[in-house]
Amino acid sequence: MLGTRVDTAVETAVEVANLRFAYPDGVQALRGVNLTVRRGEKVALLGPNGAGKSTFLLHLNGILRGEGQVRIAGVPLRPDNLAQVRAEVGLVFENPDDQLFSPTVLEDVAYGPLYMGLPREEVLERAQRALAQVGMAGFDERPPHHLSLGQKKRVAIATVLAMEPAILALDEPTAGLDPGARRELIRLLRGLPQTMIVSTHDIPLVRDLLPRTLVMDSGVIVADGETPAILSDGALLAAHGLDVF
Amino acid sequence: MAIRVPFGERYLPGSSAIHAMDARVKLPAALAYIFAVTLTPVGHWAALGLLALPLVAALALSRLSPLLVARRSALALPFVLAAAPLMFTKEGEALFSVPLLGWTASQEGLEAVLSILAKSWLSVVAAVILTATTPAAELLRAMRTLGLPRVMVATVSFMYRYLFVIGEEALRLMRARDSRSARLPGQKVGSRLGWRAKVLGHMVGSLFLRTYERSERVYAAMQARGYDGEPRFLWDRAWRVPEVLVAAALVIYLAGVEVYARY
Repeated sequence: MLGTRVDTAVETAVEVANLRFAYPDGVQALRGVNLTVRRGEKVALLGPNGAGKSTFLLHLNGILRGEGQVRIAGVPLRPDNLAQVRAEVGLVFENPDDQLFSPTVLEDVAYGPLYMGLPREEVLERAQRALAQVGMAGFDERPPHHLSLGQKKRVAIATVLAMEPAILALDEPTAGLDPGARRELIRLLRGLPQTMIVSTHDIPLVRDLLPRTLVMDSGVIVADGETPAILSDGALLAAHGLDVF
Repeated sequence: MAIRVPFGERYLPGSSAIHAMDARVKLPAALAYIFAVTLTPVGHWAALGLLALPLVAALALSRLSPLLVARRSALALPFVLAAAPLMFTKEGEALFSVPLLGWTASQEGLEAVLSILAKSWLSVVAAVILTATTPAAELLRAMRTLGLPRVMVATVSFMYRYLFVIGEEALRLMRARDSRSARLPGQKVGSRLGWRAKVLGHMVGSLFLRTYERSERVYAAMQARGYDGEPRFLWDRAWRVPEVLVAAALVIYLAGVEVYARY
C-alpha cells in the first residue's frame, strides 16, 4: 500500500467525506466531517469535551463505522479490509489502562505484530525496537500496573509503533502527565516520522509540534488552517470553548 | 492520583533456584504435590511427614522468609475451623466431652480434624511458595503451554491485569465517600442504616458500570491492534532438562509415599 510511486492517492494519508455517526443511544456525535490529510502531515484536533474528537479518531481504523466515506492511503474502509487498515493506522487511546491489557509490557507490545501473523522472531524484534524507540527498553517483563502514567503512555505508543503504521492517531497523549513526563512524551512524538492526528487540549504541544490545526465542535470541523493563524484567532477559539492565547 | 491497592502482588522477586525454575515445571509439580497430599489416608502421620520433606527443601531453597510463608498460609485456618465439628460427629472411642453441651469428642474425629489441618496447610504452603517465587505472567504462560483452554487463560490474564485497576477505582470511590462523611458535634452519624446501605449499593453499581464501560474500551483497543476473536500468545524458551528431571523425581517420590501409606 505504501509504494514509492508518486500518485495523488498515495500522497493522501487520510480522506474523510461527509462522515456522520450516531451512538446507539441517539446522540449524534459526528454530523458530516470532511477532511483530507496529506502524507507526513502533523495535525492537531482541538475542541471542547464532547465535540466528537475521540469518536472521530475511532473511525480512522474502523472501530466505529458511520455513514460517509473514510479512505486510508487511498483505500476506502470496508469490512473486508479492516485488518489491513488497522495495520496502517495506529490508534493510541487516551487511557493507557485501556490500551495495555496484557500481563507484561513485552506481551502487550508484541500483540499487534502477533495478530498481523508475522513470524515469531520478527514479532519479538519489532517489539524490542518499538520499546527502544519510546525509551522503555528493559521493561519487558514488567506488569503494566507497576508503571507510572508517563511510562504507560509511552508503552501505549510502542504498542502501535510495533505495528509500523503509516498514520498515528493519538487521543490526548499528554493528558494527566507531570511536566517532566510531558516533556519526554513531546520529545518522543517529535522524533516520529508518521502522519499524525492528535486530539488534545495541550496548546503548547500544538504550537510546538503540529503545523496544522482543526477545530471541532458539535460533530463538525468548524475551522481548519495553519496552527499560528488558528491559535491567534481569539474569537474563533472563544466561540468553541477553547482558551484564547 | 497514585493510589496503591492494599492487596499487593503475590510475587516476591528473588534469585534462588526455585525462583529461576521454569513455571511450566513448577506449576504441575505444585499441583501434583497438592494432589498427593490430598490423597494421603487420614491419620497416616508418617506419610504426611514424608510429604512435608520436599516442601521444607523447597522452602529452604527459595530463601523465602518462613515468617512470611506462615503468615500467608494462615489463609487455610478458616477452612479448618469449618472441619472442627467432625471431632464431635465422628463415631469412635470417646476422648472428652464438653461440659454443659454434652458433646463428646472421639479419637477418630480428632484424627480427622488434625489430618485436614495438616493437609490443607501443606497444600497452601505449596501454593504460597509457587506464587511467591513465580511472577503471575509466568504462571499464565505456563497455563497456556500446558494446554489449558486459551479463552480460560485469556480470562485469567485479564482478571490479573484489571484486578489492580478496578481495585484502585473502588478505593477512589470509597475515599470520595469518606471525604464527604463528615460529622457535626452533637449530631448522629450517617443517617439510617438503610440509607447507608443504599449509598453502598450505588457505589457497587457504579463500579460495575465503569468496569463494563472499560471492557468495551479494552475490546476496542484489542480490535485496533487486530484482535479477531481468537486469543493468541507469545511463547518461547526451551525446556531445561535438569528441572524437568527434578520435577519427575518429585512425582516419583510422591507416588512412592502414597504407595507406602496404603500398603
